[in-house]
Amino acid sequence: MAKARIVIDRERCKECHLCILACKKTLIVATVEFNTRGYHPVASKDGDECTGCTLCAVTCPEAAIEVYRG
Amino acid sequence: MKKVFSRPKSLKNVAFHYCAGCGHSITHRLICDAVDQLGIRGITIGVPPAGCAVLAYNYFDMDMLEAPHGRGCAVATGIKRTLPDRVVFSYQGDGDLAAIGTAETFHAANRGENITVIFINNAVYGMTGGQMAPTTLLGMTSTTSPPGRSAILDGHPIRMSEILAQLDGATYIERCAVNTPQNILRAGRAIRKAFQYQMDGVGFTMIEVLSQCPTNWKMTAAESCRWVDEVMAQTFPVGVIKDIGKGERHAD
Repeated sequence: MAKARIVIDRERCKECHLCILACKKTLIVATVEFNTRGYHPVASKDGDECTGCTLCAVTCPEAAIEVYRG
Repeated sequence: MKKVFSRPKSLKNVAFHYCAGCGHSITHRLICDAVDQLGIRGITIGVPPAGCAVLAYNYFDMDMLEAPHGRGCAVATGIKRTLPDRVVFSYQGDGDLAAIGTAETFHAANRGENITVIFINNAVYGMTGGQMAPTTLLGMTSTTSPPGRSAILDGHPIRMSEILAQLDGATYIERCAVNTPQNILRAGRAIRKAFQYQMDGVGFTMIEVLSQCPTNWKMTAAESCRWVDEVMAQTFPVGVIKDIGKGERHAD
């Protein structure tokens, strides 16, 4: 059971990739899919490693990341 | 699972028009976070500027009153004097506050108007295409200083925070950055503290935010964040510049 997880709003993402740099465990990756605004939104890797530190969400300029923990 | 981080309630559920990686959108969220945490959404009035953030009223779910270019502090003064029980903040860029609005800002600070100014410093005129601003660094290229800003031709970058800190009316001035998670958290605390000072009636407060502008700096978002630390912070050192409120050294 994962300790925490993040939910990325793909439609808001503008692929600035600041969340990728913010994640200490490199759990966020770039993708090649498009969203409706023509950007390649980032995606969160599945797995149990996310600790819910919220640094990716704190960094995201678009406020597109929600963090769940517990 | 419990939600531990989401959009602030004061931030409208619409997409920002800002470029990818822009510091404006981060600062918008920090202001909304501070307003939510202090529970002052109903009594807060914001004053957006001319510049990239001219449409800021589309994002803040609170009262906003647009100011003409550079007149943010004058408009905020009027609102605050008419409605002294409200929390009034002016949101201005460097072209707005440090060029056309220098006089208004200077005298509002000197009068010790009980308002908060959020000063976004990205060292260029962003909306009009990256022209040289008063805060452009020496040697920095912009569309109106292609060989780089020269001190002889164009003068030196203006450090507004240090200038205003010398005025007796200014009570709390801090320079922050929004280029790393740590700096963003620190900037959020500084903005909250400035609002708290205003609610305590202490006097003029200003938070300068070093904001990355990847588009006009011709960089990727990641490069521009590094550039803030490596180059911009040399001219504009981050930290508390003045705090007479409670004698604290830093927002945290």
